[in-house]
Amino acid sequence: MKPLAKGISIFLIWMGLGPAVAHAKLEIVATTPDFGAIAREIGGDRISVTALAKPNEDPHFVDARPSFILKLNRADALIEGGVELEAGWLPPLLEGARNPKIAPGAPGRINGSEGVALLETQVALDRSKGDVHGMGNPHFMTDPANGKLVAERICDALCRIEPVSCDTFRGNLSRFTSRLDAKLAEWQALLGPYRGAQVVAYHNTWPYLAQRFGLRIDLFLEPKPGIPPTPANLAEVIARMKEHRVRAIIVEPYQNRKTAETVARETGAAVLDFAQYPGGVKGAGESYIDLFDYLVRSLAAALGGDAKR
Amino acid sequence: MSTRSVVFFVLTSVVCVLASPARGADPEMDALKRQVQEMQQQIRSLQDRLDRLGAAKAPDPVGPPPTAAAVPPAQPVAPKAYMNISLDGMFAVGTSTAEDVETLEGGGHNPNQRGFTVQNVELTLDGAVDPYFKAQANVILQIDQEGESTVELEEAFAVTTSLPANLQVKAGQYFSEFGRLNPQHPHAWDFVGQPLVNNRFFGGDGLRNPGARVSWLAPIPFYAELFLSVQDSQGETAFSFRNTSGESVYGHTIEETSVDSAGDLLYVPRAVASFDLTDTQTLMVGASAAFGPNGTGQHTRTQIYGADVFWKWKPSYARGGWPFVKWQTEAMFRRYEAGEDEEAGLPDETLNDWGFYSQVLFGFVERWAAGLRCDYVTGDSGAQDADSERATRFRLSPDLSFFPSEFSKLRLQYNYDDIEDRGAEHSVWGQLEFLLGAHAAHKF
Repeated sequence: MKPLAKGISIFLIWMGLGPAVAHAKLEIVATTPDFGAIAREIGGDRISVTALAKPNEDPHFVDARPSFILKLNRADALIEGGVELEAGWLPPLLEGARNPKIAPGAPGRINGSEGVALLETQVALDRSKGDVHGMGNPHFMTDPANGKLVAERICDALCRIEPVSCDTFRGNLSRFTSRLDAKLAEWQALLGPYRGAQVVAYHNTWPYLAQRFGLRIDLFLEPKPGIPPTPANLAEVIARMKEHRVRAIIVEPYQNRKTAETVARETGAAVLDFAQYPGGVKGAGESYIDLFDYLVRSLAAALGGDAKR
Repeated sequence: MSTRSVVFFVLTSVVCVLASPARGADPEMDALKRQVQEMQQQIRSLQDRLDRLGAAKAPDPVGPPPTAAAVPPAQPVAPKAYMNISLDGMFAVGTSTAEDVETLEGGGHNPNQRGFTVQNVELTLDGAVDPYFKAQANVILQIDQEGESTVELEEAFAVTTSLPANLQVKAGQYFSEFGRLNPQHPHAWDFVGQPLVNNRFFGGDGLRNPGARVSWLAPIPFYAELFLSVQDSQGETAFSFRNTSGESVYGHTIEETSVDSAGDLLYVPRAVASFDLTDTQTLMVGASAAFGPNGTGQHTRTQIYGADVFWKWKPSYARGGWPFVKWQTEAMFRRYEAGEDEEAGLPDETLNDWGFYSQVLFGFVERWAAGLRCDYVTGDSGAQDADSERATRFRLSPDLSFFPSEFSKLRLQYNYDDIEDRGAEHSVWGQLEFLLGAHAAHKF
């Protein structure tokens, strides 16, 4: 064999066998960090997780970086929302990735919204209402109970992909679920006194959280989803906030905090730094449960009048 | 108006309509009954919708608190089709000091006259064919200066989804993956028209033809992809190659040519790599080439080489994609062997041309972007005197774009043109783009 050909064949064998070495960790790609954080809970040290969107990034507008193609190409599983949140960037990445393991219908393709009762499904599609998603509001992970459903989905998928570790995954799932159940009861108790209270948000990210805890997060700084705030809309929001004595405005890391602060000054409400994704709020921890612990406590504090102005 | 009064209003109006006697119509009871049933159904669905709206949006602070029970999957979602459908419309308006706007602008989707131009109305269909292929078709509708509508099959191809060894094959009619701009559709451009160098080397409609392409994603620690495309070499979409017989290119008449061997086809190799410089900066570099026969003789050939760079910065706090900075540059060199043309009195000659464009787009505030593009093309002198098609030309184009949403765009652009043996020309173009239908997903 010529030296060049030998070199090439060694290279190809190394490339081909590298990923197939037994007991290598499963490569899991999550479109958003919430799915990633839950996958870590279930997979433990059997998996290595990459989230494409960063915790503080606008998930509607993630750049389809070519490095993501490579990550998807090597993935054993992909966890996606499945409700068009990633419609602007995931399809070209998947086409480039050419990975049958995560093709639609393959064992490695995990649809997070499967089995979730989606809110705001549209009977007719009409973009004059702003950037609404026909299949429903895609931010379903803001209800921790849906986080539980997704955890089950992920556990089922990991068991399909690596049956030998299924007992480990099931054990991790039941530990995660019982911790979440205990926390959920605690959070219900914390927010119980504020049932029916109205909260303002920059974008319509929180209807699932509102439904879970009996709140109303139905007044937005954006006049329509995806359309930046206008003075007229802000004036109306301020008037309604004063009328109903609204005490909190929710802002996510990439949203315009200054706009929220202006409205807060006018109304005496508190600005709450929220994030949909674990790791998106500094000091709020990296896990899904830690994030909700932080969100619920800061909401309760603001609604109880203790939040810093 | 409160939810309840809306319901009341709707109900009363419907009852009134039903109660009024049908004038001039034969009282066919069956038809009437059916109508009543339909209306009742409509009322029920309206009531359902209003109830749901009320539950989600009731402004009444003393009303009953929303329940925490999971809402049943309320209404069926509109059935999804087996493919995505979208229609993109792009129109220009403006003026220029040039007498021959169409020649000055060149590009097939550039504004072509003072006043209004239909640049591009593009119907895009795409979806999964089966577990093995995805497919896409782009059908272009345009209205020319005479008011005639034209239809053009811009692309229609299938792409494999499950080949082994990181391979992917695309086949059909498609844009050659040469450089960055050539495979992009006009609505993805950051300026009103296409760069001069693309226009000069690939013609008004870009380099595209029927063919097949294989690509390989390299199994290395960073993104790198190799492409090789083999396509037909004739027609106006292979301008620098066999082109269309009877046309004249730089004075040389395009002859009738045929494919006698594999070497008579068009070959387009490309290599591209990308690096995440930081969490907020990405760099992409590529090199391309195109080889094939050209139509000025039976054994004359063309080689085009290109290099491209793309860099983008977008901070993690970007909202709706803003702010951002994008820098994109492509340089190309072409060697064109022109055959002897006795009738035109032109000898065998080799024409060397090169050119580049460099553009920056700065998304400075949510929904707004300012851009600047610099174009330059030149060539060594050929046998033909004062060949305006190959004249040295410099163009500077500042533009300002406003994006009311992801689905629409307004743009204003000024072009300063400096053309050898001709002098300066000034043009101002406004542009409107809208997208109806499926959400556009953009490659990096």
